[in-house]
Amino acid sequence: MIVMLVVGFIAFSLFNFVGDPVSLMLPPEATQADRDAMRQLLGLDRPFYVQFVTFLENALHGNFGISLRLGRPVSALIAERLPATLELALTATIFALAVGIPVGVYTALRRDSWVSRAMLTTSLIGVSLPNFLIGIFLILIFAVWLGLLPSFGRGDTTQLGFWSTGLLTKSGLKALLLPAITLGFYPVTLVMRLVRAEMLEVLRTDYIKFARARGLSSRAVNFGHALKNTLIPVITVIGLQVGAIIAFAIITETVFQWPGMGLLFIQAVQFADIPVMAAYLCLIGFIFVIINLVVDLLYYLVDPRLRVERMAAAGALR
Amino acid sequence: MMIGSPTTRGRPSMTLGRLARVTDSDLFYSFRRSPLVVLAAVVTAAIILSALLAPWIAPHNPFDLATLNLLDAFTPPAFEDKGTATYLLGTDDQGRDVLSAIIFGSRMSLLVGLIATLLAMVAGVSLGLISGYAGGKIDAFIMRVADVQLSFPSILIALLIDGLARASLPKELHDQLAVYVLIVAIAASGWVRYARTVRGSTLVERQKEYVQAARVIGRHPLAIMFTHVLPNALGPVLVLVTLHIGEAIITEATLSFLGVGVPPTQPSLGTLIRIGNDFLFSGEWWITVFPGAALVILVLAINVLGDWLRDALNPKLR
Repeated sequence: MIVMLVVGFIAFSLFNFVGDPVSLMLPPEATQADRDAMRQLLGLDRPFYVQFVTFLENALHGNFGISLRLGRPVSALIAERLPATLELALTATIFALAVGIPVGVYTALRRDSWVSRAMLTTSLIGVSLPNFLIGIFLILIFAVWLGLLPSFGRGDTTQLGFWSTGLLTKSGLKALLLPAITLGFYPVTLVMRLVRAEMLEVLRTDYIKFARARGLSSRAVNFGHALKNTLIPVITVIGLQVGAIIAFAIITETVFQWPGMGLLFIQAVQFADIPVMAAYLCLIGFIFVIINLVVDLLYYLVDPRLRVERMAAAGALR
Repeated sequence: MMIGSPTTRGRPSMTLGRLARVTDSDLFYSFRRSPLVVLAAVVTAAIILSALLAPWIAPHNPFDLATLNLLDAFTPPAFEDKGTATYLLGTDDQGRDVLSAIIFGSRMSLLVGLIATLLAMVAGVSLGLISGYAGGKIDAFIMRVADVQLSFPSILIALLIDGLARASLPKELHDQLAVYVLIVAIAASGWVRYARTVRGSTLVERQKEYVQAARVIGRHPLAIMFTHVLPNALGPVLVLVTLHIGEAIITEATLSFLGVGVPPTQPSLGTLIRIGNDFLFSGEWWITVFPGAALVILVLAINVLGDWLRDALNPKLR
């Protein structure tokens, strides 16, 4: 909540102090009387805090003004671009989990095999590779040299109400593949290392030894007991990563000319299009806050200890 | 009871002077033991050296328009059929030698990365010291700001600062200051880690007797902070710096790739990749791939060094 207010405040300051909005909106030959009228119309003559509250009200209603570059309402622009980015981010997250968790488990169970070592080395390289370079290399290999996959755009999209999706057509799915892998590459290495570290930790605990002593199959021990407890920190990290993924989508979208919010934002930065920047900032802040909330709630679902502690705390208060 | 302990041993290295003290140290021992780290150090040193000596080492001067020949444009690297030995790694669209451009580009990348890291370190360490030593409201304020910033990916912060500067400065002025804006943007996106680490150690240090003593004899709080507390809080900072340099170089490359970084007249590795990206589809892959490879090798080498330093300085892992 506080984060949201701070973000709103920064966005608001962006609006007001960077350049003079009045001189941006009026032709240069406008008279002082015109300027004052405009100022009054925009409410810029009112005290600072009143303006801030008005800005917050407008923002809550999704009204962020008009893009200086495109001359269209910012909210419409964002609504158009949002589905593309969310689809990309979601696919990348699923990719990260689908690859990262199994590989992490494998490297933890077979620590000393050469496959595990190779995977760990690859992940170190993955951390040092900038996101955009992965994209360029993938384009070079799969689009330019092999000619298998498209290298830009979303392919054919289908309109479902206000949501335009690329998930239902073949060309849309093909277009999604490379950007999603690019975007998911860093989270994969992260999830993998985390799962491996946690898994190694958990496998050393007493209850795992006890489970083995009971004669449970190693499958039941590894996946039924160990993996479950490994996943708690993974949820936090992935939760925080979803936010980072959406932010890093800026880069991936530029490489692949993916028509999402990130591309909109980077063009806004290049053209100093303040309303778009402010709106994007608010939206990202909002998404971050929501994700943190969801992660906290998921904790209770996954970790029974927290629920017990909560009840104990409530009991102690009484 | 005997005076003098039986564990006292002579230290032969004392007589052999400074060099021996370095070569006998634990740090140097662990350095020599790992061939990968030695390789990384050699690579880093080579890149730094060639960047420093760029004007004398580079086979061509990519900025001297008089020596450019458009007829040489798009020459493939020397090992391909149409390549010539004059341009070892080929040329770009304006006939610039790719190898020379890389040497000059890595100079820019290193410069921005190093200065931004140092700036972030100085700012972060100072704020962390003040925060930890002063406590109370100042501490709460600085740490709150750090928390908010930490919930956003650093690349987003850097982009935002760059966009702000672009919007508030006149265009000509911004073009002149672009490099400095970039450095400040990267530094501002990275100070938090230093502040948090130093604050943590400061909180521990300020309870110790030597600080109490300094306070009792009436030294100025700032003097205590910087001459007494700082040296004892600086250990972990060294590791952070090494790991941060690689990240700062990646951030710089990413911003330049997105077109909001250094001006095209003084290209960094990121700018070179951006330029080459336009020619990926017409088959001139070398314009992108070689600067990309240079960037990866540089960052990988620095990260290997940073990883090693972290492990070597951490007594828990020995």
